[in-house]
Amino acid sequence: MARAALQRRLSWQVAEVVESIAETARVRSLVLDAPGWTAHRAGQHLDIRLTAEDGYQAVRSYSIASAPAEGKLAVTVERLDDGEVSPYLVDELRAGDKIEVRGPIGGYFVWEAPLGGPLLLVGGGSGIVPLMAILRQRAAVGSDAAVHLLASWRTADDIIYAAELERLGALDGVEITQTLTRGTPAGWSGRSGRIDRTMLADVAWAPDAAGLSFVCGPTGLVEAVATALVDLGHAAAQIKTERFGPTGG
Amino acid sequence: MDTDVVLDGNVLAGVFGELFQHDMTIARGMCRECGLSGPLAEMRVYPEAPGAVARCPGCDAVLFTIVKNGGRYWMGFDRLRCLEIRAAD
Repeated sequence: MARAALQRRLSWQVAEVVESIAETARVRSLVLDAPGWTAHRAGQHLDIRLTAEDGYQAVRSYSIASAPAEGKLAVTVERLDDGEVSPYLVDELRAGDKIEVRGPIGGYFVWEAPLGGPLLLVGGGSGIVPLMAILRQRAAVGSDAAVHLLASWRTADDIIYAAELERLGALDGVEITQTLTRGTPAGWSGRSGRIDRTMLADVAWAPDAAGLSFVCGPTGLVEAVATALVDLGHAAAQIKTERFGPTGG
Repeated sequence: MDTDVVLDGNVLAGVFGELFQHDMTIARGMCRECGLSGPLAEMRVYPEAPGAVARCPGCDAVLFTIVKNGGRYWMGFDRLRCLEIRAAD
């Protein structure tokens, strides 16, 4: 049975776009209906394959944004202007359109309620997507794991899930800190500047709390954060990292 | 294309699944060069150098490469010494 489930996960299947939600000027969430989809775990991804009329295919991996306990499947995609896939997903794809998907995949950058907390979630830009799946899963299953999300954005206009972050941040046990790296608007109550060791020392759990850290973003941010956490005394084995970048987009 | 893009082993989850019918991102690999051992998700992966090049996060040695061409995958093993794969339940 496990084998049948695995093979279903690895086969390409057609998914229909149920909804395309504008998150920012360059980011959209796509809610997908994929019949026979195996439930994912928070933090996993899926592959999307596009096939051109001449048969040329491009495959890209996207983090799943929705929580398994929400009973839906959604990805959030940032448009990379010179990309092959993301401009189509963000600018062209709309409700009723179909794409090929396979997954869920990846068992490394994953959180499930029994893992508990405390959790430190650090995201840069659209690196927040798998972290959002974790926050949503925590809320949906009623986990009381303490969690601190530290999110870094270029400008206030780049903030994804702004309204939902405000709502989730008001839950017991959830703390959210956001920082803007390219200037702050009037009235900004968050932080400014890149995430550095000092900022991490302020928001991270004490190393002896034995919490789990999940860090996702561009390679430079992920490596700086992981290195700083180890410097601060966190065990490397308790830090899960996922890097993304413009792999042709 | 930019060949300097460096990601990590998570990006190979789909290809691994296709090739091994197994989630190899949580399998542990050992580097023959420096002896570091860890989940393949933590490897440095250069996804665009004709195929994917996976390097050791400790010493940057090339562990293996995966190239897809003409409907086939070619997997070349370099400094990957061994793999520890959890058996199915």
